Order: sequence, then structure tokens, then C-alpha cells
Amino acid sequence: MKTSALFIRTPEGIVFSQLLAGPVTRFFAWLIDQFCIQVLLTVLGTALNLLDVISFQFAIAFYVIGWFVVGIGYGMFFEWTWRGQTIGKKLFRLRVVDVEGMRLQFNQIVVRNLLRFVDQLPVFYFVGGVICWLNPKCQRLGDIAANTIVIRNPRIAEPDLDQLLAGKFNSLRQFPHLVARLRQNVSPMEADIALQALLRRDEFNPVARVGLFGDLAAYFRAKVEFPSEATDGVADEQYLRNLVDVLYRTQQENRIEKVAAV
Amino acid sequence: MIVDLQRFITNERPFWNELEKMLDHLEAEPDARMSLGQLQLFHQLYERTAAGLARITTFSSEPEIRRYLENLVARAYGEIHETRERQRRFFPLEWLFQTLPQTFRRHIRAFYFSLAVTMVGCAFGGLAIAFDPDAKPVLMPFPHLLQDPAKRVSEEEKATYDQMQGSKTTFSAELMTHNTKVAIFTLALGMTWGFGTILMLFYNGVILGAVAVDYIRAGETKFLLGWLMPHGVIEIPAILIAGQAGLMLALAIIGRGSRLSLRARLRETAQDVVTLIFGVGLLLIWAGFVEAFLSQYHEPVISYDAKIAFGCVELILLSLFLSRSGRRKPSEAESPEQ
Repeated sequence: MKTSALFIRTPEGIVFSQLLAGPVTRFFAWLIDQFCIQVLLTVLGTALNLLDVISFQFAIAFYVIGWFVVGIGYGMFFEWTWRGQTIGKKLFRLRVVDVEGMRLQFNQIVVRNLLRFVDQLPVFYFVGGVICWLNPKCQRLGDIAANTIVIRNPRIAEPDLDQLLAGKFNSLRQFPHLVARLRQNVSPMEADIALQALLRRDEFNPVARVGLFGDLAAYFRAKVEFPSEATDGVADEQYLRNLVDVLYRTQQENRIEKVAAV
Repeated sequence: MIVDLQRFITNERPFWNELEKMLDHLEAEPDARMSLGQLQLFHQLYERTAAGLARITTFSSEPEIRRYLENLVARAYGEIHETRERQRRFFPLEWLFQTLPQTFRRHIRAFYFSLAVTMVGCAFGGLAIAFDPDAKPVLMPFPHLLQDPAKRVSEEEKATYDQMQGSKTTFSAELMTHNTKVAIFTLALGMTWGFGTILMLFYNGVILGAVAVDYIRAGETKFLLGWLMPHGVIEIPAILIAGQAGLMLALAIIGRGSRLSLRARLRETAQDVVTLIFGVGLLLIWAGFVEAFLSQYHEPVISYDAKIAFGCVELILLSLFLSRSGRRKPSEAESPEQ
């Protein structure tokens, strides 16, 4: 099955994941790189105008060779010096890495760039794009031959929690050991579901909203049981707010302590 | 279980920073060698960071820290578990006179296959022109090859001015880049289980055979040899070597008789493919020079005998280079440890 992440398990039993870049993002990064190549060629052409004074023939010959070298060498140069990134890949937060998590070697970079000749057939990387789409690791032919993958490191946006949790007393915080256990037991995906439910609360039908928050609160209550003084009289939606607060705002206590000290 | 996340991060951060520093150093200086103490420290830091990642993975609220630790562990994992030879500093002369010819000889069967396919193409092209001269436009769809050979020779030999005057350098650059593109394409088509590479080699052979028979039938054998040999004896083997590299790629994909996985086979082949294609690039640069500055000049400017002799010398030198250069002496081969 095609997944958007590649999981690598080390012999020590630690699993780390690499988010795979899809063909569309890679295509946009390629467009940026094409633009950069054009800019480089324009600069080269301007520089060779100086050589034109000495010999027109030499200027043309250097341009022909420069055009070829820049076209082929651009990807190789940047991916080697910037550890798997070109300008386009940097902008889209993409990176070429070894498929098994090993060190990226120069010959891998050369092979994946040389095989662009086949991947770009017949136009606009059609062959490479189709293979990338079908391949479970989103690899084009060059990646398959070089044993590389392209991963992405998306910038993680911090949710605006203040609009949800502004200055309310949170009864769960009175039990730090249970909060720690809650953080341990709730997976990132579950926490995100709770957060999204709160962020979109006004989009729900009132009856559905009560039902949804009831179900969610029951689910999370079962994860870690807090004493009754922390939960009695707390509505389901408020319970979820408190829960999201302790999950996401780990620095809250420190902040309160600092404010108190001032 | 992490009870106080902030304290955990504060306590662990110096170790993460230390590991990051060591990784930066290792990646910046591939030749650097660590002492036993440094290696032990590096391994300890890796294990500690990996353990930290395992503990923080379940934390829903720290995606940035998790991503950062994943990145650190991934980089350290690559350094620790990498079994391939560490990339050393590049020595151009050693590469040229040892690595390149040794790599060529190690995969000589792929070269012979590449040569055989081209020869079959030559025979096909030659026979097609011999039996059906009207097929010339189909076999050689290039305007400069469609001319009657006898007429072309007559024109070339009667020329009173240098037809290449003022365009040799540009022509040379165009030849180099075009031929290198063809060579890379021939290599890259190896990914089609070798079908594409074989087609390219066969087609090159067809054109070569057709041109040769066309000139031989017109009684212009000497002109043909004088025209093609100076650059052809380098250019044709270069394309054959590109075909060899493409076939190596195809063999790695097919994997007949190998118990290794596809990934392992491709990993094993990649370095040799790169060595060969860089060698091809060098050969084609030389061929481009010769074709523009020598091959296009004919009698009475340069005698055909001299051009043929030049081609023969090049061929002998290339053969010697590919077959002898970088060879170990029998005594070295028997006892490599000494």
C-alpha cells in the first residue's frame, strides 16, 4: 500500500519516519530549479560577452559547453554541497536521502541526475511522474536506480490555543502525575482530533456538537482516570479544552511560575 | 515515562547538541577519522538520542522536537550503520589510470555484448544499403549523409578554402555536448531492462554500417577511413562503453543468478556506472576536438594515410589503456595483503 511516510527501524528497535514528497510538490520544486538554471545561463551568457571581445568563436563554444554543464551539473552540485537539496527543494522543504537511511553518496547523486534523461521523456517528466505516482516510495526511475527517496520536512504550524483556552482555570493541572500519564497515553493523532474538534466547534450542528464532544470526552476519560474533584461539574466540551491545554501547553506551569515570581 | 517534559528537554539538549556537532563535523570532513574514545562517545550519544526519541514519540504536543530528534537519529544511523567504503578524497590520476580501466575490465562481458549488438546493427545497415540503395533516406535521415559519396569526395578534395574556418571551436563544442547526451541517454535507457540501450546501440550500428557500405560501394574506402578513423576510434568505443554501463544497470535490475535484493544489486552497480560514464565523457571530449580540428580536413590538406595512421595509433593506445592500465603485477595479485 502506498503511504506518505517511510518508516525505518534501527537495529536498536527505534523507529524514525521520513515523510515522502509527492510528484506534484517535486514538480513545483523542479520548476523553480529550471528557473534558477535559466538565470545561471543568462549570467553565463552575459559573462561570456566579455570573452566575445577576444574571440566570438570561443564565446559561443564556452556557452554551448556551459549550457550543457549547468543543465546537468546544477542538480549534482547542489545536491552534493547542500546534502540532498537544490534551491527548488530548499524552498519546498524537500531533501534527497538514501532509501535505507544511509549516508548519501556522490555516485547516488550522479546516477539520479543522469537518469533524468529518461524520466523527463517525452515532456515535463511524464515518465518520471507516472512512475513516481505508482511507486510506493514515490521514486522516479533515477531514484530507483540510485536507491534514493525525496522526503519533505513540513513546517509545523503552532495552533492558536489562546483563542480556545484564554486564562481559564484548568482542574487537570492539579494532578501533574496524571497529566504526565495522559501525555504518554494519548497519541499525536488523537490529540490532533481533540484539537480539531475544538477549533471547528462552531461549524457543527448543536445536537451533533453535544454528541461529538460527549463521545470524545468519554474516550479520553477512559485513557486516564482523574479524581472526581478534577472532573465533577466539568462539561464535556470544557473537559476537552482542559485536555488540549495540558497536552499542548507544556510550558504553562513554567510561565505561571515566572509570572508569580515577577 | 517522562513526567516533566521541560526538564527532560533541558537535561537532554546538551547531548543532542553534542551529537549534532559531531555529525556536522563528520559530514563536513569525509576524511576525518575518529579516535576510539570519540567513537565510543558518538555511539553513546546516538543511543541516548535514539532512546530520547523513543520516549518522546508518544508525546502528542512536541512534533517539532520529535522531528528534530528523528533527523538527528537518521543522520547518526547513516553514519553508524553505513557499510560502504567511506568516500575518500578524489585523486584524478589514480582514478584515470587505475579505477577507470579496472572497472571497464571488471564488466568486460557487458562491453562485448554492447559491441556484438552494434556489430549486428552494422551488418543490418550495411546489408540493407547493399541490397536496397534507395533505403538510404530511411536508414540515414541526416541531410549531410544523403549526398552521393563520390560527389562529396570530389567536392571536398577540390575545395580551395577552409570550409571549417571560424567554426571549428563551436563545432567541436557542439559535438562534445551532443555525443555526451547520446551516451548518457544510452546509459539511462538501461532502466528499461536494457531494451532501450540495445535499441540505441543497434541503431548506431545501423547508421555506421549503412554509411560504411555506401562509401565502399562508391569506391571511397580510403576517404571513409580517413574521415571516420581519427575521431571514430574514440567516439564509437565511448558509445559502446556507455552501452556497457546501460547493460550493467539492466543486469542489476534483472538480477538473474543473483541472490541479492534489487536494492543491493543497484547499490553495487552504481559506483561502476558512474566511473564508466565519466570516462565516456573524457573520451568524447577528445573525440570532439579531433572531429572538428582534424577529421573534416581531407587531401590535399592532410593525406589520408596520415589520418588513418593517426586513427590506428589512437586505437592501439586506447586498447592498451583499457586492457593494461591499472593492472596488478602477478606477485601483487597473489598476495594483496603484503
